[in-house]
Amino acid sequence: MLDAIGVDSASELFTDIPADLLDPKLDIPSPLSELELRRVIEGMARSNAIPGDYACFLGGGSYRHHIPAVVRQIASRSEFMTAYTPYQPEVSQGTLQAHYEFQTLVCQLTGMEISNSGMYDGATSMAEAALMAARVTGKQRVVVLESVSPYYLEVLKTFCDAPGLEIETVPDGVSEMAKDSACLIVQQPNFFGRIIDLKKLSDLAHSAGALLVVACDLMSLAMFKCPGDYDSDIVVAEGQPMGVAPTFGGPYVGIFACKQKYSRQMPGRIVGRTVDSDGREGFVLTLQTREQHIRRERATSNICTSVGLIALITTVYMASLGKRGLQHVAESCYHKAHYAASMVADIPGYFLETDAPFFREFVLECPMPPKAINEKLLQYRIIGGLDVSEHVSNGMLFCFTEVNSKEEIDLLVSALAEIGGAA
Amino acid sequence: MDRSVPGRIGTTLPPLDVPIQTLPSPELLRNELEMPEVSESELVRYFSQISQFNFSIDHNFYPLGSCTMKYNPKLNDEMAGFPGMSEIHPHQPEGTVQGALQLMYELQRILAEITGMAMTGLAPMAGAEGELAGMLMTRAYHLDRGEPGRTKVLIPDSAHGTNPASASMAGFEVVEIPSDSNGNTDIEALKFAVGNDLAGLMLTQPSTLGLFDTNITEVVQIIRNAGGILYGDGANLNALLGRVKPGELGFDVIHSNLHKTFTQPHGGGGPGAGAVMVGKRLVPYLPTPVVEKIEEPNGVARYILGKPEKTIGRMGGFHGNFGALVRAYSYIRTLGDQGIAQVSEDAVINANYIMSQLKDVYELPYERTCMHEVVLSARKLKRDYGVSALDVCKRLIDYGIHPPTMYFPLVVEDALMIEPTETESVETLDHFIDVMKKIAVEAKCNPDLLHEAPHNAPNSRLDEVAAVRRPDLRWKRSSANIQ
Repeated sequence: MLDAIGVDSASELFTDIPADLLDPKLDIPSPLSELELRRVIEGMARSNAIPGDYACFLGGGSYRHHIPAVVRQIASRSEFMTAYTPYQPEVSQGTLQAHYEFQTLVCQLTGMEISNSGMYDGATSMAEAALMAARVTGKQRVVVLESVSPYYLEVLKTFCDAPGLEIETVPDGVSEMAKDSACLIVQQPNFFGRIIDLKKLSDLAHSAGALLVVACDLMSLAMFKCPGDYDSDIVVAEGQPMGVAPTFGGPYVGIFACKQKYSRQMPGRIVGRTVDSDGREGFVLTLQTREQHIRRERATSNICTSVGLIALITTVYMASLGKRGLQHVAESCYHKAHYAASMVADIPGYFLETDAPFFREFVLECPMPPKAINEKLLQYRIIGGLDVSEHVSNGMLFCFTEVNSKEEIDLLVSALAEIGGAA
Repeated sequence: MDRSVPGRIGTTLPPLDVPIQTLPSPELLRNELEMPEVSESELVRYFSQISQFNFSIDHNFYPLGSCTMKYNPKLNDEMAGFPGMSEIHPHQPEGTVQGALQLMYELQRILAEITGMAMTGLAPMAGAEGELAGMLMTRAYHLDRGEPGRTKVLIPDSAHGTNPASASMAGFEVVEIPSDSNGNTDIEALKFAVGNDLAGLMLTQPSTLGLFDTNITEVVQIIRNAGGILYGDGANLNALLGRVKPGELGFDVIHSNLHKTFTQPHGGGGPGAGAVMVGKRLVPYLPTPVVEKIEEPNGVARYILGKPEKTIGRMGGFHGNFGALVRAYSYIRTLGDQGIAQVSEDAVINANYIMSQLKDVYELPYERTCMHEVVLSARKLKRDYGVSALDVCKRLIDYGIHPPTMYFPLVVEDALMIEPTETESVETLDHFIDVMKKIAVEAKCNPDLLHEAPHNAPNSRLDEVAAVRRPDLRWKRSSANIQ
């Protein structure tokens, strides 16, 4: 090959690089064979406390659900996994059709008119919704409830600071909104697990001429009324609960759905159905003039690679569980969380707020700092709830899903009682 | 949804093992839920069938310039699949996930070492998010030094669309800088554009033309003297691995597309990861969190998630795309120091080989040694036979080859950007070269064959105009569905 190129050695191909910087020393370990690598990584994996080996009651934006075997099987098909972004539709109909299904299921679950084919995660979806609301309304103020996830609020700030949007945080019971508000952002259920009054908030936002942006828990929508029923303008969510393992935080998938009339302002890829020159049905990426590869600095977002495969995973999960399965899982979460709540409410020293309905998470005020409780819970092989003592005094956010058996829940309750009793 | 039959379900459900609780008030509850109802076998058949309509790296050659579609080693997927990697929850106390944090820490160090930088941020979830992080760090740096007037970012006209989009999202004004006749940054134009409102320059090295920008030393000087930050788009890192460290070339910050250079499976559009590496001056501004190592007095190391002193903030809900990071780490440990350098050598040889064989058949805009990719132009075919780059690309599909990147970079007319990567054999390259030569002949003798290509794909050319005019973005019960 070097002959064909017309050089004597490969080094002649790198003469453009400043000679004094060429071929630096790399302080990187030497190569490992498959067997050796497996030992290294398996060792790291085993040293972690693994939910499953431990009972785990963590939620707060990432949720454990049972993932049917069929999900991983289909998602690991190399035709889906090693395919590229579907810019050449004639050779990407598998990916495009799967994403069209994804868009359909997202719309059906959220009650919204249109959806894109995924953003990075729920948090960045919410941030991009704020940017979109500012574009649509021409206003600069972003109003957000303080009960929205603190992690999501941090991401919102990262995205809104530079374009000069002003973020105003308000309590859940807010009754007035400034007329220069681009949107009202709410989370349903809120970060602390409670169902909020979406009707009231929708009316408030719209009477101020602002868009209603709802960040929702997808699994709750199999049981509770969906944001579409409350005249929401943009709905975002974390798609992870729909068949994606917790994976220490990512990759997940951001859900982004909105009213049809805003389609040209929506970020991310959108798949549309059309026909080919022989009249056969097919799918294509559409409304691409919104995107960075065409609009460059005037694009709706800089997003390019998003999470195609994860969108596929959630599609297969939702199709596998289907109507009955999703309802069953959602109801299981509800009943288990309420069973747990009724048990912990009886433990002296622990206090449970009961002011609003909840779905599968609630905050428990503990007799001592959550950090200490969690350390002790590990000895029972339990990974306890999320420490939210910054927001609620000695507060822990507990989450219950269908994977938490009655035995696990009973063990948690008795462990909490013992730990509280010893305090 | 077309295949749904009421009552069917695609999985089995565990019975409820706790007493039924009081339901909330009915006005909160959903009345109707429309979701699929299919059996598992139907589900599998459906997805398996439509998967056959896809090209994929495991099946086809993808000479996509700038995308680095290299082979994805199966070992990496297995490593990411260990329960200890995939089941751990992001909110777990740090003491219970030391293995995961250790992996992230080592990856941070290795990426910094490869790029010659001081520190790595693993939070960005794609290259474009890495770019945004870089732009936000540039902004934070200048604001911190009391220089809010630095509002302009210079970007070459050959840049990937995400560059100006990211600069815009960070609140900057974009100024385009032309390339000169050698495909390098035009120094005179650069000098002219630089003023005291300069925030920085975003440069892809090698450029999107696949050419090493030999003006780099002068570019660095000009930007440094003007007080700007030099941002590196690391999409083309495959050409530089082990050859030169971008940090030593003078970059202040660079992102790497882990799904390109470090072989994350492309997944039909992601997930990716956009690690961002910075020099000393930008370390305090890195996105949060970063993994820090604490050496305990007894010699044991402990890993924690830390927040950089003046961080630009969170880029995502959690710590980054951990699943992708495991795969990248696994790949790098497999290659090791020797393998890393071999990647760029093979990638560059492969691209130059293709260039040497096709430069007389298609037009070569820049008569220079290329790096890991080569840009050809179909301009001659357009002029002589009315055959465009698009026609050539669609005809390649008939031969089972995924089209190269087309119409990018914008500075080349009817551009065809070809990046073979290092994982393709010379037999595959020779086949590609033969096919490209054949197509050039077909252009002369039978142009309609190309205008109407592809002929052998699941669909012929799809009507994208109709898709925009009559948007059909989801299935609806009322619409007639022909499968």
